[in-house]
Amino acid sequence: MTAPPAPVLRAVDVTKVYGGTQALKGVSLDILPGRVTVLFGENGAGKSTLMKILSAVESPTTGQVQLDGQVVEFGSARDAADRGISIIHQELSLCPNLSIQDNLFLGRERTHRGLFVDRRAQRSAAAQVLGRLDDALNPDLPVSELRLGQQQLVEIARALLQNARILIMDEPTSALSAPEVEVLFQVIHELKAHGVAIVYISHHLEEALDIADDVAVLRDGSMVATARAADVDLAWVVRKMVGREQDDLFPVRDPKLGPVALETVELSVADPANPDRLAVDGVSLTVRAGETVGVYGLMGSGRTELMECLAGRLPAASGEVRLHGEPVTGSVRQRIRAGLALVPEDRQRDGLVQTMSVGQNLSLAAVTRFVRRLIVDRGGERQAVQSMISDVTVKTAGPDAPIGSLSGGNQQKVVIGKALMTGPRVLLLDEPSRGVDVAAKADVFELMARQAERGLAVLFTTSEAEEALHIPDRLLVLVRGRLVADLRAGEITRDRLMSLADGADTSEETSHV
Amino acid sequence: MSDTLTNDHAALAGQRRQAAAEARRLKTLNTIFELRAFIALGVLIIVFSLLSDSFLTVDNLITMTKHVAINAVLALGMLLVILKGGIDLSVGSIVGLSGVIAGELLQGVHLSLFGVIAYPPVWAVVILCVAAGAVVGTVNGILVTRLNVAPFIATLGMLYVARGAALLISGGTTYPDLAGDPSTHNTGFDWIGGGRPLGLPVAIWIMIILAVLIAVLLRSTAFGRWLYATGGNERATQLSGVPVQRVKTIVYMVSGACAAMSGLIIASELTSAAPQAGDSFELNAIAAVVIGGAALSGGRGTVRGTLVGAFVIGFLADGLVILGVSTFWQIVIKGTVIVVAVILDQSQQRFQRRGAAASAVAVAAAAEPEPAAAARSDR
Repeated sequence: MTAPPAPVLRAVDVTKVYGGTQALKGVSLDILPGRVTVLFGENGAGKSTLMKILSAVESPTTGQVQLDGQVVEFGSARDAADRGISIIHQELSLCPNLSIQDNLFLGRERTHRGLFVDRRAQRSAAAQVLGRLDDALNPDLPVSELRLGQQQLVEIARALLQNARILIMDEPTSALSAPEVEVLFQVIHELKAHGVAIVYISHHLEEALDIADDVAVLRDGSMVATARAADVDLAWVVRKMVGREQDDLFPVRDPKLGPVALETVELSVADPANPDRLAVDGVSLTVRAGETVGVYGLMGSGRTELMECLAGRLPAASGEVRLHGEPVTGSVRQRIRAGLALVPEDRQRDGLVQTMSVGQNLSLAAVTRFVRRLIVDRGGERQAVQSMISDVTVKTAGPDAPIGSLSGGNQQKVVIGKALMTGPRVLLLDEPSRGVDVAAKADVFELMARQAERGLAVLFTTSEAEEALHIPDRLLVLVRGRLVADLRAGEITRDRLMSLADGADTSEETSHV
Repeated sequence: MSDTLTNDHAALAGQRRQAAAEARRLKTLNTIFELRAFIALGVLIIVFSLLSDSFLTVDNLITMTKHVAINAVLALGMLLVILKGGIDLSVGSIVGLSGVIAGELLQGVHLSLFGVIAYPPVWAVVILCVAAGAVVGTVNGILVTRLNVAPFIATLGMLYVARGAALLISGGTTYPDLAGDPSTHNTGFDWIGGGRPLGLPVAIWIMIILAVLIAVLLRSTAFGRWLYATGGNERATQLSGVPVQRVKTIVYMVSGACAAMSGLIIASELTSAAPQAGDSFELNAIAAVVIGGAALSGGRGTVRGTLVGAFVIGFLADGLVILGVSTFWQIVIKGTVIVVAVILDQSQQRFQRRGAAASAVAVAAAAEPEPAAAARSDR
């Protein structure tokens, strides 16, 4: 074993504060050339924030970033890219209307005398770099004609053209098929051989551990462990990520089940992004009053589409939704009246109105309840809001505090409180623990259990195996829009769940390899 | 060990005090910024009354306020549209259309089917004109909600259509005498522009009543809450079961009705209706709303601010006329005021965010155990 090379990029005691939330608490990380550093952590642990700081998308509140041992302050992401740091985001940043070549050189066009684009020079450089990745790509193809995996390769090619020495990849495989993942991993091996340092984030733990040389685990904004990948296993990673006894995190329940409250029969939903495809394909499920049912599914499994269809935001392509035995149709508004409330996945986009106060957000869906002769009874509203704030344990200065002053976990509790204020009998929660710190996570699960105790039917989705295994009374596994399993609590192990979700995920594609 | 801890706690307490002081300072600044339109109005009044003896007289104030009322009525409707995150460019044309319809109706309607000429009474004329404005607004709303046309484009289209309709109905000429005729029992239209119940012109009363109604609508009804929420985050509001499309259609309808009302005031004051009336008034209305602190992105704005904005624009224009400043300079000054108002608004937003962050830090620090108590328990 030779001595490890000097780190090419270091984060030293980096802190980042957003509004009232401390996303990173004194994090240090060394990134070595020619190695893959995998960053593990649950949602909201601070992985993405750290990546943004390393790639200069954000600047740290305190602490520093060192490049080749020198403290650097990047003026912009462009500045960082010029010094060899490139980031490939989960959401790709290509212009679909332009060709591969134009995308590769966007903002850095090669020109004759600084005026005319030198297409010939660009084309040969593009062909050369694409050749290292995927020979089949013609630089003149418009990006809109590429599959997602190919688009990702274009992003990598762009980084290589900028002579990236450090390549940061945020969830690069989440939308890829199995053969595309193989191609990506080959590319990563080749880049390593050229001395490129790679930072890699993924929710697919096994896969990420396979490709890792160094491992770092973030939890709740702190770096809790770093190690050589060879010295650790999956169980170690999970232990460090969760970081506490599971009994603590998950409430123990003895459910008292009532009659069936929510039922779907052969429900199918078209993919809003691609109407020819079914995002949800013939799903039949039941949720009883007093029961918490979890839907485990990875990104693209159709979990969000299922929830949005139940809530009335997306139309069903076929099949039926029944509430207490009666078929329900109609708008979100009618379904809320019928007692069906949704806590959406993306609370910034779909859950909260940033221009309004905590109290106004809480009462938004139920404000008509307080109307007396056209006028909102503000005393009554305030009382209801106050009691909901203490009910869902929101930490806030009061109902008049701006919603932006709350931490992510407390904002999530406000969204849940808003749904509860409509007096639902069926509560739907789409990824309720997303972007929420560990303590608030436990609160959210406790809250869900409490609602079930009160006789509500609770249906929630999750992409975290730990949550899927421990929280619901019953677990449904959703893979590519189809239900592949319906299990009681304790009937399934982690490995089995992973292989159900993962194995079926790739079964279609493995025949091509 | 305990020394460093105490030091840490002392530092923490210092930080907390600093954060609290910072939060207070920002809050004061914020208040000043929030009142900036009032301050601007006060400065305007003081400066003009120093420069001209005739500015600060009751008669002049009433005359100027009457001018303000025309824009304020437009601006109050515009405020609703802007709160939703939209824009209504068609209001100036609706002003013209409304006056022309009033002119046409007061001249008598030829009912060829019965071979008679009908003279609708003034109250019916007012209702029909306001209804016509509401119809144009509703078309705007349907274009925006059902057909997904961008508000800017939809109302730009209606700006032309409504103006064209006004020209078609009038044949391009002005209706000269709207006073009506006792023999046809349709007199009294000039009261809207000339009447003075309780010593104040009717136009001012209309402005006051409309302002109170809209203020109540915004502050105290579910509709008001829905409107602010729609402007703040339409997706989230819709997912909360709010009938967002209906809210959006209604604001355009109200804006159209307000514009028609404004058109009636103008036609009545002049006792004549020109199809070109109200040309580019939409810009004055937007300016009043923006000077009043509303965000064009939606979700933020008040009736009070909009009224002050309308007064700033109106008093500025009239004051400059009294001082004899060239019309061309007036236009330049008005433009400058609008841009400065928006720049100030941006800095207020920055202050507010910093203030929120500072008070969040203070709250977070306060949530931690008291330093003294914690230090004791450490020993």
